[in-house]
Amino acid sequence: MLSADNLAFGYHGKPVGSGVSIDIRAGEVLCLLGPNGGGKTTLMKTLLGLLPPLAGAVRLDSEDVAAWPRKRLARVVGYVPQAHAAFFPFAVSDIVLMGRSAHVGLFAAPSRHDRAVAALALETLGIGHLRDRIYTEISGGERQLVLIARALAQEPRILVMDEPTASLDFGNQLRVLGRIAALAAAGMAVVLSTHDPDHVFLCGDRVALLHGGRLEAIGAPEAVITAAALKRVYGVDVQVVELPDHATRICVPAVEELRPRRPATP
Amino acid sequence: MRSGGLLRLGLPSLALLLLFVASFAVGRFPVAPHDLLAVLWAKLSGGASGVPPAVETVVWQIRLPRIAAAALIGAALAAAGATYQGLFRNPLVSPDILGVAAGAGLGAVLGIFLSRSVVVVQALAFLGGLGAVLVVYLIGAAMRGRDPVLVLVLAGVAMGTLLGSAISLVKVFADPYNQLPAITFWLLGSLTAITLSDLLPILPVILVGLLPLYLLRWRMNLMSLGDEEARALGAETRRLRVVFIAAATLITAASVSVSGIIGWIGLIIPHAARLLAGPEFSRLLPAAMLLGAGYLLAVDTLARTMAAIEIPIGILTAFIGAPVFLWLLASGRRGWQ
Repeated sequence: MLSADNLAFGYHGKPVGSGVSIDIRAGEVLCLLGPNGGGKTTLMKTLLGLLPPLAGAVRLDSEDVAAWPRKRLARVVGYVPQAHAAFFPFAVSDIVLMGRSAHVGLFAAPSRHDRAVAALALETLGIGHLRDRIYTEISGGERQLVLIARALAQEPRILVMDEPTASLDFGNQLRVLGRIAALAAAGMAVVLSTHDPDHVFLCGDRVALLHGGRLEAIGAPEAVITAAALKRVYGVDVQVVELPDHATRICVPAVEELRPRRPATP
Repeated sequence: MRSGGLLRLGLPSLALLLLFVASFAVGRFPVAPHDLLAVLWAKLSGGASGVPPAVETVVWQIRLPRIAAAALIGAALAAAGATYQGLFRNPLVSPDILGVAAGAGLGAVLGIFLSRSVVVVQALAFLGGLGAVLVVYLIGAAMRGRDPVLVLVLAGVAMGTLLGSAISLVKVFADPYNQLPAITFWLLGSLTAITLSDLLPILPVILVGLLPLYLLRWRMNLMSLGDEEARALGAETRRLRVVFIAAATLITAASVSVSGIIGWIGLIIPHAARLLAGPEFSRLLPAAMLLGAGYLLAVDTLARTMAAIEIPIGILTAFIGAPVFLWLLASGRRGWQ
């Protein structure tokens, strides 16, 4: 559906990465994993059309989107930024309603239909009760869900999420990942960046490992996230362990490296 | 939300109406309420008012232009301030952030220095304000690739300082007996001796500036999310930013060209309006305009009645504005967090 075709990306002509080809399919979660500075964020901004490609192209259903007006792109691709503190105390319902801007005429205000779509987006994520709350007064996890609801109100086919679990507590991380998996199960294509390989195992259908602006590997999480790959990319020793249920894997740091054994006391 | 409409616009409207009446009545030449009613009724019905002609003159020739000017300029500065604050995502921004006040100041000061007529001084102020912002905008556009909003603000600060120095330079050379007082008075802002013929040229300009703000009132919310988010939501931010800056600059330049520099209104009134109506721009804009009109009307009425001489409005708005601002800062944090 959405594809990067031999893409080079960067800021003001300075390349951050190049030669990246990926395609994003309906109903799957594609995770971008890699160290800081590896090019995850820049790649996502280029996929969103916020940065022009330095080479190659971003295609949607094999059509180059470079010349598309923002409005047309926003009807297909929704962006979920990291939960931030807003500058003004908007009501949650107003924030979500802003997701409708690609469907609202330039001089118009949102219609009853737009309000209904925004309300449905909140309900879909199970946060309908937040609608009259002030965005700046709710928790970080709730804000992240509100921003996902705003992107859903765009009625896109693809969601691009910038570290949706960053700065959330443990419970909220899992709740947000659960919602993301549910959205994909309902047919949404999801691209998300993350710093946590365990999250890829939890909700990723495929993972793209980005390192130094290059695509190291792309494929099923079990195939891509190996002790050797993590050592190569992050430079740390970890074990990738399959849990007894044979369904989940987790990454466990090599403990010796973190806590050198003390000599036994006599 | 709907039930809040009465509080949001009803109370400020009522307060503004009372201020109108009060402002007509008080002053060096008090007009009794029943005389005021008689004068108004006479105008509406076309009959004779039965009050002394001097009263009619005061009401129509002196008070009306001044009240209309205060309400118009107060509403205009508040609208421009609300726009700039949303656009620059910063509640500490005032309408002169991009140098419009300093540009208008330099234009007016040059006009006074060159002993030109009032009309020329006003025109120079207007053009100076527009010119300053245009230069700032072009600098911002030339520095592609950086945060466009930050570049604009910093270029505006630099431009403001530069123009401020130019104003000081002109003041050094100005005739200290004739020109300097006029320059000082202009820079402090005043509605003294304003006439309807001063207002008529700026009224259409302000309306032309307000029109896009009204039409794009819902879109404005997107701008306050920041450039990238707004674009990802489907907004063509570069074009919208040009329109909003042009509209707010037009409004501000037209206002200060007749009133001189009146500070603080564009800064604190949008805060107060946000406390009353919330940050959503289609609700914020009318609330800010009502409060701005009422506030400047009240302050101008004070300016002409407090003391034997007229107190420049800029001094009063600062005396009132700074403590109010600090109070807002300390208590009503909801306004900008």
